Amino acid sequence: MEQIKTGKNVISDQTIEYVGILAKLELSEEEKQAAKKDMERMLDYIDKLNELDTSQTEPMSHIFSVKNVFREDVAEHVDGGEDTLANAPERKDRAFVVPKTVDQ
Amino acid sequence: MNKEYETVIGLEVHVELATKTKIFCSCSTAFGSAPNTHTCPVCTGMPGSLPVLNKKVVEYAIAVGLATGCEINQYSKFDRKNYFYPDNPQNYQISQLYLPICHDGGIEIETQAGTKMIGIHEIHMEEDAGKLIHDDWEEVSLVDYNRSGVPLIEIVSEPDMRSAEEVIAYLDKLRMIIQYLGASDCKMQEGSMRADVNLSVRKLGSKEFGTRTEMKNIGSFKAIARAIEAEKARQIDLLESGESVVQETRRWNDEQGYSYAMRSKEDAQDYRYFPEPDLVPIEVSDQWLQKIRGRQPELRDQKYKRYVEQYGLPAYDAQILTSAKKLADLFEEAVKLCEKPKKVSNWLMGETMRLMKEHSMDPEDIAFSPVNLAKLIVLADAGTINGTVAKEVFEQVFANDIDPDQYVEQKGLKTVNDEDALRKTIAQIIEDNPKSVEDYHNGKEKAIGFLVGQTMKAMKGKANPGMVNQILKELL
Ligand SMILES: [Zn+2]
Repeated sequence: MEQIKTGKNVISDQTIEYVGILAKLELSEEEKQAAKKDMERMLDYIDKLNELDTSQTEPMSHIFSVKNVFREDVAEHVDGGEDTLANAPERKDRAFVVPKTVDQ
Repeated sequence: MNKEYETVIGLEVHVELATKTKIFCSCSTAFGSAPNTHTCPVCTGMPGSLPVLNKKVVEYAIAVGLATGCEINQYSKFDRKNYFYPDNPQNYQISQLYLPICHDGGIEIETQAGTKMIGIHEIHMEEDAGKLIHDDWEEVSLVDYNRSGVPLIEIVSEPDMRSAEEVIAYLDKLRMIIQYLGASDCKMQEGSMRADVNLSVRKLGSKEFGTRTEMKNIGSFKAIARAIEAEKARQIDLLESGESVVQETRRWNDEQGYSYAMRSKEDAQDYRYFPEPDLVPIEVSDQWLQKIRGRQPELRDQKYKRYVEQYGLPAYDAQILTSAKKLADLFEEAVKLCEKPKKVSNWLMGETMRLMKEHSMDPEDIAFSPVNLAKLIVLADAGTINGTVAKEVFEQVFANDIDPDQYVEQKGLKTVNDEDALRKTIAQIIEDNPKSVEDYHNGKEKAIGFLVGQTMKAMKGKANPGMVNQILKELL
């Protein structure tokens, strides 16, 4: 892969803060700086890709040339409850327990 | 002052499809099971699990699209909508943003001002979320993923509605079409049909839209009408007092009759959609489309016409009977069995409606079979039971779907056509009621009614009323 050196893109503190909130991540100051660098390089890479003329190319929605993979509408599992709940950090009877949500 | 403003409303309607299994896994969609019974690694978002699309979902979505005049995207695909919430174990919802299965359709509604076309912007397929239950005892919520991955279609209208009345007419029509297709039962109370209302107001004559708010998941037609009236008034008040409407999601509290801005989940409305890498595109061939088109059942408007033409029903009957698929199905099945369309219609429109109202039921809740209704009609028509008894038997059919033949036999409800027995009873009644007999002879026609009543009572309601009248007059 060609090394990207342009470095045109700058991620602001505000953006990294916002992306952190969206991703539900709490980052230390060091991690924030490192993530900023990574994201800047990603955007530079996209800029590089954008240099290609794609005006004659059909948009691609999937990398494999596969389509129409379907299931028939037939039920299979009987009761997956115990297997599913085995992953619950906390459970009460047959339900997952999570911190109280509001507005539901 | 309200007259200077126009309300602009668009709806996002979510409908749970009537498939047996979920959209991307073979878990059952059955209602009423213990929490998390119908779950597997796919619908609980376990790493490494792969979704596989339920073909029936595509077919239902296309069927609804065709019935609502939509164009079908013969090349369609899924996208990921990212958000964190405990009802969504994958942290994304698989939906369709860029190439939804159907687009640019519309349905006609009846309004006081006549027929109006409401545009449908698009219909897309997506998965439902799990259910959060609040624990009454502790500061926690409980999660049940039985609904997680149940297939939904979201029908997005154009902002073409101008009043609560138009919104209800649109929802009603939509519900009817989808029920007729068998694509969903569309029960608002059970959440298989839910509506989000996008509403803004603007000065009458203005071409620009005002700032809109969204009210999510309102539970009934009546609540929707109330929410619309209240939100319209709230926005007009804001504008009149020089403030502006904030674009936000609001929750309608129907008991208290007001809405409030929602926080929490909606704090960051940045879903960062991207193409779903785990699912391949859908290509709907002309042949497949043709096959689905060929399977489209008769919809309401066609059915209504046919009831009038083929069965000779009054327009009013046809209107009521086709107003719910359940009623129409019952009607047609029963008519097939007894070949008495008007009689079937009368039982459905009369006693059935009366009992439904008495028990606050919807047509979908009717539990009796067309076979037993047809049997009852045959019994009544042949004079085997009289009208009063027929009503009694029907109540049993309605409540417990009993077999009228057996029931009438066991309870001994057959009309007594035995003339000798009847003569004896009537002679006794005449002897016991000299006053009424005298009244009758003095020209009081009404007195005979009393004597008929007494006879019926003595015969426990099973006498043939025509015969009672005839014998009474003869003996008097
Ligand atoms: Zn599953």
